[in-house]
Amino acid sequence: MASLEIEHLEKSFGANRVVKDFNLSIEEGEFISLLGPSGCGKTTVLRMVAGFESPSGGAIRIGGQDVTHLGANQRNIGMVFQAYALFPNLTVAQNVGFGLRVAKRPRAEIKARVTEMLELIGLPDLGNRYPFQLSGGQQQRVALARALAIQPRVLLLDEPLSALDAKIRVSLREEIRDIQRRLGITTIFVTHDQEEALSISDRVVVMNGGVAEQIGAPFEIYNQPKTRFVAQFVGTLNALEAEVADPARGALRVGNTEVILSEPVTAGQGTPVTLAARPEVLALGRREGNDTVFTGRIVETHFLGSILRVRMEVEGQLIALDTFNRPGNPPPKVGTEAEVSVASRDLLVLAD
Amino acid sequence: MKSKKLWSWLALAFGALYFALPLLGTLEFSLRARRGVYSLDAYRSVLADPQFRETFSYSVVMAIFTILVGALIVVPTAYWVRLKLPHWRPVVEFITLLPLVIPPIVIVFGYIRLYNTSSILPLTGTTTGTNLLLMLGYATLSLPYMYRAVDTGLRTIDVGTLTEAAQSLGAGWSTILARVILPNVLVAVLSGAFITFAIVIGEFVLASLLNRPAFGPYMQLTGANKAYEPAALAVIAFSITWICMGLIQLVTRFSKHTNAKR
Amino acid sequence: MQSRKLPLTWVGMVPFTLFALLFLIAPTMYIVVGAFRTSDGGFTLSNLVNLFQPTILASYWISIKISLATALVGCLIGFALAAAVTLGGLPNWLRGPVMTFSGVASNFAGVPLAFAFLATLGRLGLVTVLLKSWFGFNIYTHGFNLLSFFGLTITYLFFQIPLMVLIITPALDGLKREWKEAASILGATGFQYWRIVALPILWPSLLGTLALLFANSFGAVATAYALTGSSMSIVPIMLYAQIRGDVLQDPHLGYALAFGMIVITGLANLAYVWLRVRSERWMR
Repeated sequence: MASLEIEHLEKSFGANRVVKDFNLSIEEGEFISLLGPSGCGKTTVLRMVAGFESPSGGAIRIGGQDVTHLGANQRNIGMVFQAYALFPNLTVAQNVGFGLRVAKRPRAEIKARVTEMLELIGLPDLGNRYPFQLSGGQQQRVALARALAIQPRVLLLDEPLSALDAKIRVSLREEIRDIQRRLGITTIFVTHDQEEALSISDRVVVMNGGVAEQIGAPFEIYNQPKTRFVAQFVGTLNALEAEVADPARGALRVGNTEVILSEPVTAGQGTPVTLAARPEVLALGRREGNDTVFTGRIVETHFLGSILRVRMEVEGQLIALDTFNRPGNPPPKVGTEAEVSVASRDLLVLAD
Repeated sequence: MKSKKLWSWLALAFGALYFALPLLGTLEFSLRARRGVYSLDAYRSVLADPQFRETFSYSVVMAIFTILVGALIVVPTAYWVRLKLPHWRPVVEFITLLPLVIPPIVIVFGYIRLYNTSSILPLTGTTTGTNLLLMLGYATLSLPYMYRAVDTGLRTIDVGTLTEAAQSLGAGWSTILARVILPNVLVAVLSGAFITFAIVIGEFVLASLLNRPAFGPYMQLTGANKAYEPAALAVIAFSITWICMGLIQLVTRFSKHTNAKR
Repeated sequence: MQSRKLPLTWVGMVPFTLFALLFLIAPTMYIVVGAFRTSDGGFTLSNLVNLFQPTILASYWISIKISLATALVGCLIGFALAAAVTLGGLPNWLRGPVMTFSGVASNFAGVPLAFAFLATLGRLGLVTVLLKSWFGFNIYTHGFNLLSFFGLTITYLFFQIPLMVLIITPALDGLKREWKEAASILGATGFQYWRIVALPILWPSLLGTLALLFANSFGAVATAYALTGSSMSIVPIMLYAQIRGDVLQDPHLGYALAFGMIVITGLANLAYVWLRVRSERWMR
């Protein structure tokens, strides 16, 4: 049985429909990310699951129980907020024990649980500190401990990393994922950062305009985007304007270059389509096999450390390609001619 | 959820009733001067009273001088503290809040004894001296409001950078204060000024104990001797306070507007 | 900036310091010192001892009672109003008018306020007359008197409540929505949230306002004087009469009376500072 089910969820503020027919079924212990730009409705979905907003329609079930109209304080859900939301007047230990305290659990039990939680997040000695005495990363870990202390059925994470420094962001997200795996707790993670979503989720829900555009594993979302929005929002994408040359052979024409796809296309001859490719599937120079090869001019190069990003003009259109840094391979000179090759199966044709 | 809203409305309704009734009562009472019908007789009688005009204009002049002197003391000080002596801030803030803690009547009691005719600084010996003392007393009473308004205003601008920029262009201290800092905190000074005005116009204790012919003591005297005129005076005083607060709102809104444009 | 750093930075503080010394601190100190002096300049405690006579003690007591009552009730009602406007789910446009009105009403003290209440709850006041003619209920034959403890309290509340609203509203705005949400998703009821989180966070502001309201009403002369003449024997009125005409027939007892006022408002504020320090361990 699914741990959390969301069916036909709707939310309108006045005439503004911010969530439209949202459906999602999450397995026990699954880590799901809601990914999308701000205003896409991801936070509203999360807040409805938490019980802070009441849905205009649809149902939310946790472990088979309908919680759609239950108050937030009766749902037994853990939540971590973007701005930590630790109670400033309580110590770390009191914050972590808050849920058990209001549930009127015995003192000894609270104490034991708080100790256990602080060890889980790796801050066993900070129980007597006040939130203002902690760094942002520490505060967010305490917030996680506070959410987990009540042994919730579901854990909700509302952009928990966006207020933190880049370095801590990466280490903390791994820690969160690690703890989540150990406890096997069903988790929904809201973020606008695609790298974050791809790196730690079992499945990603890409949202746009209140609609779930695609739900799938990170690999699938990245490599087989179903819509143009998903393709462009997740990762960097080169889009080339093309025209169908021969549907049966799967042949397209980009300027003067012919591109053969691995499959036939359905659109008729002469139809304009968008050909897409990730920067990392493009390679400088000519490779073995029957790749498509474009000839173009280097426009600029960006050295990003482990990666070298090259911008080129090909058939009058700009594209970007990524190659790994190799000490023996200096960046190509700007303005020189170069060839770019790409394998047919790495190309995408986007429906408009 | 529903009950919370209901309670809120109830609280608000109760508050509205408590605050509206005295105002309505005063207004109604002030119109009752002629038996049987509502009339403006009480207002006419008040406005025709030469003493009203004298005391009122006396208080207005006092208020204006108080505002000028208050701003002259507070603006440079608040600026200086922010720029050069940040560790003095708690002390200065504490002093500016003292007039809220020490009752005004105690302060004026001290004035009367400290500056009497036989002291080194016999301010109460002459009319001008007493006027000066009263004005400085008013400045003291309004110090908490003036200082807080100006300090809040200074917080929104980067005092250090502005000063350095002005200095790099060759400005001296007086130029910096008058041409750079003051225009930037003018709105704050104005809102402090209107509060000061409202305080000074109705003030009773200082003026009464220093025996100056101000509006406050005049109102008290009218209250002791007349029936309907006091209510008319209360309506007038309330309108003045209301206008002052309205002006504060207006200036702040105006300043937000210009800030947005910047 | 470094190159221009004058060794004489303190010079900028001279005008303010001079002003504060001459017109705030020295006059107050003069009264304080006077309270411990005999008429020929020697040190004495007898002025303070002389305060302990029934009439003076009674006036202190009624002053303290009125100030406490108006401060407490003002805090309570002001808090309720501010909470209704900020957190109570009332329409947003109400907020502006309520705050503006509070600004006006908190400054509407003194003589005109007394007139307003006389015109409303006096023997011929609007409410008194209406209650009599509509319901046949005469509040004055039922024990109400505007010139009494209760009447004065009700009048003072007209500026005490708005002052509370003005001060506490920003504090209520400072309560983050996430705290309430975090508490509720951890299973807390609204009451538990207020008891464990919101009230402790507001505590310093509440205490501060209480002390301020107390001092505000303790030192108020004009309203009471215009309302009751000198029939109501609260301390500031007694002091007023003493300054005008030495009714106590002992100038130094006047100093002691004033000193007593400073001590009481000072104590109220010290209590506030002490409680605040205790309750603010969690603050920076």
